[in-house]
Amino acid sequence: MKKLKYDVVVLGGGAAGMGAINGALSQNVSVLLIEREASTGGVLNQCIHNGFGVHVFKQELSGPEYHEMYMEKLSRFDAMYETTVLNVDVKSNTLNTISISGVYEIKYGSLVLATGARERPFEALRIPGYRPAGVFTAGLAQHFVNLENRLPGHKAVIVGSGDIGLIMARRLTLEGVEVEGVYEIMPYQGGLTRNIVQCLDDFNIPLHLSTSIVEVHGKDRLEGVTVAKFENGHPVRKTERFVKCDTLVASVGLIPENDLVNETIELSDGSGANVDDLMRTNIYNVFAAGNNVCIHDLVDFAAVEGEIAGKNAAHVAKGKELPERMGILKKGEGVGLLSTKYTIAAEPFKLFVRVKKPMGTTILRLNDQKIKTVLAAKPSEMIEVKMDPSRYNMKGNLILSAMEVDKI
Amino acid sequence: MKNAPKTKMMDMTCVVCPIGCHLKVTVDENGNFLSVTGNRCPRGEAYAKEEITDPKRVLPTSVKVIGGELPLTSVRTEKAIPKRLIFSAMKVIKSIQVNAPVKRGQIILENILDTGVNVIATRTVKKQNGK
Ligand SMILES: Cc1cc2nc3c(=O)[nH]c(=O)nc-3n(C[C@H](O)[C@H](O)[C@H](O)COP(=O)(O)OP(=O)(O)OC[C@H]3O[C@@H](n4cnc5c(N)ncnc54)[C@H](O)[C@@H]3O)c2cc1C
Ligand code: SF4
Repeated sequence: MKKLKYDVVVLGGGAAGMGAINGALSQNVSVLLIEREASTGGVLNQCIHNGFGVHVFKQELSGPEYHEMYMEKLSRFDAMYETTVLNVDVKSNTLNTISISGVYEIKYGSLVLATGARERPFEALRIPGYRPAGVFTAGLAQHFVNLENRLPGHKAVIVGSGDIGLIMARRLTLEGVEVEGVYEIMPYQGGLTRNIVQCLDDFNIPLHLSTSIVEVHGKDRLEGVTVAKFENGHPVRKTERFVKCDTLVASVGLIPENDLVNETIELSDGSGANVDDLMRTNIYNVFAAGNNVCIHDLVDFAAVEGEIAGKNAAHVAKGKELPERMGILKKGEGVGLLSTKYTIAAEPFKLFVRVKKPMGTTILRLNDQKIKTVLAAKPSEMIEVKMDPSRYNMKGNLILSAMEVDKI
Repeated sequence: MKNAPKTKMMDMTCVVCPIGCHLKVTVDENGNFLSVTGNRCPRGEAYAKEEITDPKRVLPTSVKVIGGELPLTSVRTEKAIPKRLIFSAMKVIKSIQVNAPVKRGQIILENILDTGVNVIATRTVKKQNGK
């Protein structure tokens, strides 16, 4: 077994991982990236649509462009590609990897987890019927079409109205696949409005809300699905309809990828890593950033989180002690997700909030302090809140709530 | 009424900001913009006008690469092109191939369908086995 030692080890080279490398390199420490795939970029590689980099590069780039342009900002760092991490031992600050070049034991000063998210599989929906060929997750279909030059089929149904599903509805249509419709079990859309308009409305692809799939037909190859209206999570009788299709694309959510550390790192109920505003986990020299913390709509935020994580990881690796946590953030009424769970209450930081259901004019409060008013709040669009300890009391228990004060 | 103008109502969602106002746009018989309701701010009116007169979109897709490390390079139109040309543009782009190496930003197709807009590569693809 070969042994290596680095100040900062970054696990995963997507947007957040690249950000972490950038942040760590700015502090002149040694950096090692460990990446499962053959290159950096993560999901950016397969997201060929435009809409990336609005904040960091002030342009609407495609994913691959964002990836290459960000890489050009980085100076030299070491990397191990096509490498699997077998385990992380946070007591001895080591991790073990395996790849074609052998088995390594790597000692780190600090570790940045940037492993992104994985897709919730169609199986998770527990729908009766066989699982014939032709059932894909949206990200897998995207990988086939955009990286491997293969089409999944000829006539597709999309289940779930998350952004990847919407983007794939357009992509498949452009490539000549007939997209029959998008079926969403909730009474509201899962993805961004911009994607509903530019991916569905532009191509007259219907979005069926409060509707989902109740049965899958076909044994070897998918032959069709039965869809039905849903009320309160249950199918409504006599609303069933058969839809002929040979392809089913599931866009039913992303799950933060933390399997390697789920016994050591404190995770939230949504399985994201619980971090403070320094992107530090419950272990002083383990940091986390990107979709493994919470699912981001915008790549820029994943990258910026990475930069913060990388910089603080470098400080710790150099022996600097970081400030203690002073406040605990908790979800209050109307709030479905908070990006940050703790704060040192010393410097301003950006908190990302998702509401539970669509609301009109909504007031966000931190305990009884009013911190933001938005004209419309939707679960699909993260709300960015500037948390400033010079303006708000940010110590102790902090309940963040979202209350609708006026309908749209 | 005999001489009543033939106007048409169209539904539209403004995507300029996350509020996503539902707009009701009235156009005359030639499809010219007349008025809009439902917008909470003037940006909604500007959006509706542009969507009615000449909606434009950036077209992202991919092009086959010969002899590259990857089978495809991703491409996009450098600027937005008229929405009505999207499918014709796809046909043109699908009919072409490029030889590796491909550099990000390289022009893959000049002036697509006389729009004055170039199609550029958005991914670098090296030659197979080396540079
Ligand atoms: C379909 C889709 C469309 C999007 N559209 C937009 C858009 O238009 N505009 C925008 O700004 N944002 C968009 N986003 C959001 C943005 O792209 C993502 O939030 C961001 O890129 C996530 O970066 P990440 O680094 O957290 O995760 P990832 O990119 O997933 O990176 C994680 C990396 O970790 C590696 N990895 C995982 N586990 C291990 C392990 N055990 N060992 C080693 N390596 C590992 C993976 O291989 C991967 O490279 C979109 C996202 C998706 C999925
Ligand atoms: S009309 Fe104004 S407020 Fe409404 S969505 Fe458009 S930009 Fe936002």
